[in-house]
Amino acid sequence: MSEYEIIDHEHDVVVVGAGGAGLRATLGMVSGGLKTACITKVFPTRSHTVAAQGGIGAALNNMGENDSWQFHMYDTVKGSDWLGDQDAIEYMCKEAIPSVTELENFGVPFSRTEEGEVYQRPFGGHTLDYGKKMARRACAAADRTGHAILHTLYQQCLKHKAEFFVEYIALDLLMDDNGKCVGVLALCMDDGKIHRFRGHQTVLATGGYGRVYFSCTSAHTCTGDGNAMVLRAGLPLQDMEFVQFHPTGVYGAGVLITEGSRGEGGYLTNSEGERFMERYAPTAKDLASRDVVSRSMTIEINEGRGVGPNKDHIFMHLEHIDPATLHMRLPGISETAKIFCGVDVTKEPIPVLPTVHYNMGGIPTNYNGEVVTRKGNDQNAVVSGLMAIGEAACVSVHGANRLGTNSLLDIVVFGRAAAQRALKIVEKGASHAPLSKHVTDKILARLDKMRYAKGDVSVGEIRNSMQNAMQKHAAVFRSNSSMNEGVKKVDKIANSLDGVGIKDRSLIFNTDLVEALELENLMQQAIVTIKSADQRKESRGAHSHEDYPDRDDKDWMKHTIMWLNEKNKTKLDYRDVHLNTLTNEVASIPPAARVY
Amino acid sequence: MAEFALPKHSKIVKGIDYPLQSESENPKKVNVYRWSPDDDENPRIDSYTIDLNNCGPMVLDALIKIKQEVDSSLTFRRSCREGICGSCSMNIDGTNTLACLKSIEDIKGDINIYPLPHMDVVKDLVPDLSKAYAQLTSVKPWLQSDSRPEEGKSRKQSPEQREKIDGLWECVLCFSCTTSCPSYWWNGDKYLGPAVLLQAYRWIADSRDENTEERLNDLEDTFKLYRCHTIMNCTKTCPKGLNPAKAIGEIKKLQLERK
Repeated sequence: MSEYEIIDHEHDVVVVGAGGAGLRATLGMVSGGLKTACITKVFPTRSHTVAAQGGIGAALNNMGENDSWQFHMYDTVKGSDWLGDQDAIEYMCKEAIPSVTELENFGVPFSRTEEGEVYQRPFGGHTLDYGKKMARRACAAADRTGHAILHTLYQQCLKHKAEFFVEYIALDLLMDDNGKCVGVLALCMDDGKIHRFRGHQTVLATGGYGRVYFSCTSAHTCTGDGNAMVLRAGLPLQDMEFVQFHPTGVYGAGVLITEGSRGEGGYLTNSEGERFMERYAPTAKDLASRDVVSRSMTIEINEGRGVGPNKDHIFMHLEHIDPATLHMRLPGISETAKIFCGVDVTKEPIPVLPTVHYNMGGIPTNYNGEVVTRKGNDQNAVVSGLMAIGEAACVSVHGANRLGTNSLLDIVVFGRAAAQRALKIVEKGASHAPLSKHVTDKILARLDKMRYAKGDVSVGEIRNSMQNAMQKHAAVFRSNSSMNEGVKKVDKIANSLDGVGIKDRSLIFNTDLVEALELENLMQQAIVTIKSADQRKESRGAHSHEDYPDRDDKDWMKHTIMWLNEKNKTKLDYRDVHLNTLTNEVASIPPAARVY
Repeated sequence: MAEFALPKHSKIVKGIDYPLQSESENPKKVNVYRWSPDDDENPRIDSYTIDLNNCGPMVLDALIKIKQEVDSSLTFRRSCREGICGSCSMNIDGTNTLACLKSIEDIKGDINIYPLPHMDVVKDLVPDLSKAYAQLTSVKPWLQSDSRPEEGKSRKQSPEQREKIDGLWECVLCFSCTTSCPSYWWNGDKYLGPAVLLQAYRWIADSRDENTEERLNDLEDTFKLYRCHTIMNCTKTCPKGLNPAKAIGEIKKLQLERK
């Protein structure tokens, strides 16, 4: 172990990840006077928030439609297929308004209305008057809203002189003997030194794990490192079976075409030229919830009405829209379509396919961002010293299916909430208790095992097998037999990690090693995802079970929580869905059939 | 007579050849710059021949294929693979660009890949961008405004005012432009370079920002701004189709107008 030089840092708070959630939390903490370290494996503006396109949801009511946060809340609960916690959803939709206004005040270059207000566009599942007609609620900066928000948050962090540790890969949480999180251990990629960060709160803002699948809109770096660290810390992940397929990934390349393109008037057709969404969702049509649209597309393809030589995808049309509008509102995807499929959107349709896009599941938290677990009958036991926000977290505001625009909202609202909470509970400058040596040693032993791995299977091969298995067995439609087979396959592939080998033994910018560590992280989440899916005997939101086609509120209106031990064995339990609201300003929304 | 020697490690030598393991109807040779700080070796060019019939369409796909199937020690940055995160900027076929947006089909002959020019190399295709990031911070790239918006309200901005920052805020900070600029190669310690000047102008052009005068004062400097000699490499190379040279021209124009 002595080989590694260990550098110690002491902060009030340690944030892991510098996407929208991590930066919003860092900003709130630094400007509130907390000594904060923000650790990130990529330069902040390269985090995957940058790829969000369509908009951020908030009932600002700039389009004069009498929108309200209560409508937004209703849509979100319905979108979640009643698996979302209504107290957290109330908090998010209400806080959306000040949070997004604050973003404008920070300098986000939102598109504007003629009145000079922030421009808002329609988006899937967002309605007025409890589903009566589509709302214009998505606050947009052309079709690069994530880029606009991420860069602005980084700029604000620079303004407040936030302390960044860039290109550091977090290895594991430092958990003391009482199960309290006291910081995180990280590897600096630049020089190969180990850094031990101590914080009174550690905030995981490490994003999703889309790369568990073969075809996804997620960046290569979306490997859910925080989720895996939580599993290794002996804590559960929640609702991991709920994986969102975005209806419009570019066929082949998998890159995203925003739902905002349908918000601006785009629509889908099958091989018969039919606008089939009118059959599946008579009111919302192409702007139904993502799970609904993705399922409808898959049914069309399965029934032989796909387009292309292999009848295996769907067309999305924008060519009827005024080119000036396309230029002003959708410049990014016009470019993307040109580059990745050679399509001129003013003349021809874009070939699209449902593509893995978002993880509703993750680290269970309350609406303050504090990580919770189940201890006996206490379903909401707070884990001391640990917070999680953004896609890594499962608050749960998205339940079984997330609405478009609610992920940018989630990161900003809960990044802000985590900062407010930390300011309340962390004593500035308080000293850190000594930490037993074995905590660090155990983590370094795991690092060494990977660093000197001499097996004959490459990271790439194992990753491919895992991604293909997940793509096949945890897909849009699932069945008992397919998932049973998937569980066995993934277990076997996970075992093959023992035979992995890496070539690069250097400590400087060793991406071979980093990819191996990321693969281990992905694998642990793959196991939990497929096993969580296999045990849920109903269909809800993104989890469509062919053997159990209906939602079963009696037995299954509950969150799955799953632990994973060192031998890759899982333990299963559940938490109740919070049907209660946070205040008396709104009534709980009772479960109902989900029709768009 | 004075003798001049090249700095250490500037001579690039021929490296390892990785031929195709099986027959291919569509082979392509990829020549990649390799250098590791771990040993005292000179940089080398490794050559990988890959089967294009079994590879994605972009140069980044080729690099990932090589890393995944041939040589996992090949080191480069990448993330979004759709041209929005700015990680995979490098010099491909003689031009700085994003590997994820550069189509293999567009390259005649071998694909030659080097790190961004004139930056320190951390390893292989990974340049050290810390100096450029520090320069970005130096122009205070955040909204500066003394007047507070009405409590709980957005600032107003007309679509016409907002349009003035189009083509500026979309920059992905890949620094392809900055590292293509001969003036930056020569005076990179003092000249801010096109990427950072584009960011400086992004705030000057934003109707919500009230600190234009001070921003212009800070830029009124022989080196920071005026080392731009309108060479236009920046605009030519920008993988996002932005025009940093025009933004720099606008700053110079504003400097003249206020004199």
